[in-house]
Amino acid sequence: MALQLSNPARRRLRTLGFLSPWLVGFSVFFAYPLIATVYFSFMHYNQIKEPTFVGLRNWRYVFEQMPLFGPALWNTLWLVVIMVALRVVFGLSLGLLITKIKTGAGFFRTAFYLPYLAPPVAATVAFVFLLNPGTGPVNEILSSIGITGPNWFNDPDTAKPSLVLLSLWGIGDLMVIFMAALLDVPKEQYEAADLDGAGPFAKFRYVTWPAITPIVMFAVVTGVVQTMQYYTQALVAGKVASGVNIGPGSVIQPGYPDHSTLTVPQLVYQMGFQNFNTGAACVLSLVLFAIAMAVTMLLMRKRSGLLAAED
Amino acid sequence: MTTTTLTAPTTPERTAPTRGPAAARARRKRILHWIAVHSVAIAVALLFVLPFVFVFLTSVMSDSQAMSGDLWPNSWHWSNYKEVFETPGFLDWWRNSLMYAGLGTLFTVCSAIPVAYALAKFRFRGRRTAMLLVISTMMLPPQVIVIPMYLVWAQQFHLSGTLWPLIIPMAFGDAYSIFLLRQFLLTIPKEYIESAKVDGCGEFRTMVKIVVPMAKPGIAAIALFQFFYCWNDYFGPQIYAAQNPGAWTLSYGLESFKSAHSVNWNMTMAATLLVMAPVIIIFFFAQKAFVEGVTLTGVKG
Repeated sequence: MALQLSNPARRRLRTLGFLSPWLVGFSVFFAYPLIATVYFSFMHYNQIKEPTFVGLRNWRYVFEQMPLFGPALWNTLWLVVIMVALRVVFGLSLGLLITKIKTGAGFFRTAFYLPYLAPPVAATVAFVFLLNPGTGPVNEILSSIGITGPNWFNDPDTAKPSLVLLSLWGIGDLMVIFMAALLDVPKEQYEAADLDGAGPFAKFRYVTWPAITPIVMFAVVTGVVQTMQYYTQALVAGKVASGVNIGPGSVIQPGYPDHSTLTVPQLVYQMGFQNFNTGAACVLSLVLFAIAMAVTMLLMRKRSGLLAAED
Repeated sequence: MTTTTLTAPTTPERTAPTRGPAAARARRKRILHWIAVHSVAIAVALLFVLPFVFVFLTSVMSDSQAMSGDLWPNSWHWSNYKEVFETPGFLDWWRNSLMYAGLGTLFTVCSAIPVAYALAKFRFRGRRTAMLLVISTMMLPPQVIVIPMYLVWAQQFHLSGTLWPLIIPMAFGDAYSIFLLRQFLLTIPKEYIESAKVDGCGEFRTMVKIVVPMAKPGIAAIALFQFFYCWNDYFGPQIYAAQNPGAWTLSYGLESFKSAHSVNWNMTMAATLLVMAPVIIIFFFAQKAFVEGVTLTGVKG
C-alpha cells in the first residue's frame, strides 16, 4: 500500500485528512454529547436557570421514585426479548421458505420484503386502523368466521403483542440477510449429508445451523440494540389508538393504554422535552446506553465478522 | 465479502431413474413438495400484502363507509387524494421531507466515501480502534445523546424549529453508512488501487477516479438507506421541528394529520399511502442496490 508516500508524517496527515469528516463528527456529535449527558445526570437543570450540582439525586429519583420507570423498563425489556426472538425465528423461517421457492421467486421475495419499506409512522397508523377493535378489517374478517377479535392496541394485554405483529410484518430486512446466508452454505455439505442419509432436520441441525450461526448472532444483537431504541411505533400506536386530538396544550397519557406501550426512549423524551427535567432524562439515556453498550461488547467478543479486514 | 446474487437457488439434479415405478414415486414426491412450499408461500404472501390492499380500499371510500367496517368501497372516491393534498401544510411537509432526505443523503455520501476508503484501504495505527468506534456509534440509540445536542442547537445556534440540526451532522460522516461502504470497499481488489498509484495517481485522485466508479453499487446502497432513513425519521423532526408546523416532515405530520381528522380513516389512509409511495416507487427502480445493501450489513466481511 505504501507505494508513493515514503514520508510517514505525510502519510499520517493524509490518513487524518481522509478521516477528518468522521473525526469531527465523532467528537462533536458523539463524544461531546455523551460526556455532557453524564454531566447533566448529576445536575438539576430545567433548561432555563443555570444547572446546579445535585450529586446522585437524579439517579436515586429515577430508580427509587419515578413512577413510570418500572413500567417503561419492563415494557422495553419485554419487547427486546419477545420481539427479537420472534423476529429471528420468523425471519429465518421466511429465509428458508424463500430459498425453497422456484416458481415466482421474484414475486414472493418482493411481497415479503415490501412491508419493511413502509415508513414506521405510516405502517403504524395503518395497523391501528386494520386492528381497530370496532370496525377494523381484521376483526371484521374474524367475526365473519365467528371469532370475536381482541381489542388489539386498545387493551393493555394485547397492545404489546400488536406491536410485535407490526414488527413481524416488516421482517423483510432479516429475511434478505438470512436468505443470503443460506445461499452461502456450501452445496457439497448438503450432498455429503444426503449420502449419509440425513433427513431435513438433521441437515438443518448439522449443516445449515453451524454455517449461519454468525448471522443469527448478528441479527440478535442488532435486533436488541434496535429494540432498545423502540420509540416511533410505540408512541404513534398509543397516540392514534387513544383517539385524542393532539393540538398544542393537549396532554396525552404516554403509553396508552395503561402505560402498556411506554418504552424507556419515550420516557427520555417526556422527561427531557415535556417535563424539562434534564437530569432525570439524562439518567434514563445512560441506562439505555449501558444496556446497548453491553450488548455491543458481546458482539465484538463473539467475532461476528464485523471487524474483518481484507487480509 | 460475498455479494450474493439474489436468484432463486436451484437444487442439484438428482441422478434418479428416469423410468419405472421408482421414478414415478420420486416425481410425485417432488410435485407434492412443490405444492406444499408454494401454498405456504402464497398464504404468507397474502398476509403480507393484504394490509396494503385494505389501506388502499379504505382510502377511496366515503367518510361514512370508512367507519362502517366494510371491506369493499361502495363507490370510488378518488377525490380523497385531492383533498389530502389540499390539506393545509401537506405540501410543505413534502418539501421539508424532500429537503431533509435529499440534502441528508448528499451530505452523507460525500462525507462517508473518504472515511470508508481510509478505513478499508489505508494501514495505520488505530485502524481497528477507529472501526470499533464507528460500530459503537452505529449501535448507540439516538436518545442517549439527544438532550445535550438539542441544548446546543437550540441555545447556541438558535436552530430549533428547523431541520438543520438533523441535516448538518450528516456532513460529518454517518456511522452506519461508513460501516456499510467500508464493507463494500473491502471487496475491491487492492491491485486496482496499486496500479493507479503506479500510474502516478495520488490517493485522492485514486479514490475519485478508480474507487468511486467501482463502488457505485455500494454508494447507491448507502444513498438509498440514508434517503429512506431521513424520509422515515420521526424522532428527529419531533425533537427539532415539533414547535414549528412549517418545518414538519411527512412522517411527523402524518400522525398529527390523523389526530386532527380523528374520524376520517379514509383520508388518513390516503395520506398514509402517499407517505409510503415515494419509498416504494424508489424501491422498484433500485431494488438490486437496496437488497445488496441489506445483504452487506449482515453477511460477514
